[in-house]
Amino acid sequence: MAERPVLLSLRGLHKSFDTQEALNGLDLDVYQGEFLTLLGPSGCGKTTTLRIIAGLEQPTSGRVLLDGQDITALAPEKRAVNTVFQNYALFPHMNVARNVAYGLRMRGAPKSEISARVDEMLELVQLTGYEKRMPGQLSGGQRQRVAIARSLILSPRLLLLDEPLGALDLQLRRQMQQELKRMQQKLGITFIYITHDQEEAMSMSDRIALMRLGRFVQIDAPRDLYERPQTAFAASFIGETNLISGRAEAVKEGEVLLQVAGFSLPCVSRDWIVPGEALLLCVRAERLHLSHEPVPAPCRVAGEIVESHYAGGERTTVVRLPDGQVLRARHTTEGESEPLPGSRVYCWWHPDSGVLVRDDREETP
Amino acid sequence: MRRPREGSGRRRELMALPMSLYAALFVGVSLLYVIGLSLFTRGDGFAAQPPLTMGNYGRIASPLYLRSLLQSLRLAFWTALLCLGIGYPFAYFMAKSRPRARTWMMMLLIVPFWTNALIRIYGWKILLSASGPVNAALQFLGLVQRPLKLLYTDGAVLVGMVYAMIPFMVLPVYSNVERMDWSMVEASRDLGASPLSAFLTVTVPMTLPGILAGLVLTFIPSIGLFFLSDLLGGSNTMLWGNMVHNELLKSRDLPFAAALSVVLLALTGLVILLYRRAGGKTENMVF
Repeated sequence: MAERPVLLSLRGLHKSFDTQEALNGLDLDVYQGEFLTLLGPSGCGKTTTLRIIAGLEQPTSGRVLLDGQDITALAPEKRAVNTVFQNYALFPHMNVARNVAYGLRMRGAPKSEISARVDEMLELVQLTGYEKRMPGQLSGGQRQRVAIARSLILSPRLLLLDEPLGALDLQLRRQMQQELKRMQQKLGITFIYITHDQEEAMSMSDRIALMRLGRFVQIDAPRDLYERPQTAFAASFIGETNLISGRAEAVKEGEVLLQVAGFSLPCVSRDWIVPGEALLLCVRAERLHLSHEPVPAPCRVAGEIVESHYAGGERTTVVRLPDGQVLRARHTTEGESEPLPGSRVYCWWHPDSGVLVRDDREETP
Repeated sequence: MRRPREGSGRRRELMALPMSLYAALFVGVSLLYVIGLSLFTRGDGFAAQPPLTMGNYGRIASPLYLRSLLQSLRLAFWTALLCLGIGYPFAYFMAKSRPRARTWMMMLLIVPFWTNALIRIYGWKILLSASGPVNAALQFLGLVQRPLKLLYTDGAVLVGMVYAMIPFMVLPVYSNVERMDWSMVEASRDLGASPLSAFLTVTVPMTLPGILAGLVLTFIPSIGLFFLSDLLGGSNTMLWGNMVHNELLKSRDLPFAAALSVVLLALTGLVILLYRRAGGKTENMVF
């Protein structure tokens, strides 16, 4: 990814509404042809970021660069950036063809070119034959396609999509996810995509920029975000995660011994770790294994089963450690013997599956 | 979830009964009375008598009345158009202002209408008179040497009409602009429209219902208003409303005045018909 040229850069972006700080210093480079997702809880500043890139909002300070050119003060109509709005924002008084043609008409393109491009776009989104329909006569999925065609007709350098699938039901959502990804790869257009659906972000993105309280928590490829979360928030926002708190004991080259409830657990060190400090260890629920026998694993704790929930193919078992901490383990039900509440159990994981993270859970703006 | 109540339809009809009776009595019956009256012959004094005749309508088809009709329509047309030109921007900025400013603008619009219409027209008479503030200002600025004749002209009537009718343009447009989904405008800017083209291609079409309702609501009453042209107009300003007024109270020709009114009613009906044909909805005229 790094060898690709940078298309868009955000530099120290701040935005406040009245006294409310919405964006708190964003820095980001988006590469050409990349599918980047802004992921985060509602109110974290995703939409504000997108609106600033589109030119619909002015940052309080900071700059937006497109192809190295400062476009911070440029009006939205002068940017080679188009947006697919959350509610689609189709013009209700224009039919599908006129909606799609709108951008080219505003550019003053010749009629023949407009009609050829409209046909092309409608074919791309598989809506050929719907030219004369009004937006009110379309289903949610069809409106979505019209909105995409309308934005793509201008061949933007960058397409911004604000929760484009938010209003669709699950099945249609899955289908549109694949279609969007296919379109993006076919056209080679850079996408910045907003969602609060972690699964959607995971399956579609080249990189995910995880946001919280107007800041980027972590910007990484989906796998790295999942496997190597930097902070407790990043670890718990995606997937089901155990955050085990303990104290760093001996820090020696590349390894830390974490003291948890009387157990000494070897962990992969991180450069910011100070001996004696309170730390959080992130272990994904499905990477936490249970055993009634003491398994010869270096990362192993023992506890008591509190409860266990059967959910078909999987089961979640809750274990309490001697110091009161509670762990959740997700495991397959294939060939299992049912875990009995009250019984003693060993929890173990591969040392690489445990990731030390910074505790940012109490952070406020 | 509210459960539909048994016999709720009938209940609603019953609730609307007083209003329906009221409308039937005071609107329906009096309309029929006027239409009926227009078919009678003039009686002695202030009365009507048989035989039934279409003669009253025959009398209307004369150059005098046609000229008055055209003059009324022309004035109503310009009134509606000027109301649009002034009222639309007012309504637009009112809808886009903060709530506090919005309240103030609404007050500016409504409060004058708490005083008697005649008093306000006398205010205009003073403003427009030869020694009034408008002429004084023009002379002070050196724009004119001698006072202009502003009062008792068609222009004065037009000013008065626009002044009287402007709320009926502002309110429907305002309620339309206020409900606008501004993401449509953002989408059009995003797709390359300048602020002006975005306004013309998105905002105007989307607020068209309010514009149409405002045009109808200002046009129709403007045909029939008579006291404005009586007070502000010249001697040759004879609008349709003045005609009805004269026939009724000066000539005391009850059936003929009724016939003139029926023509006005028919005209109103026609305008509303055109409005409905253009896709206008009656709901848009209520705010």
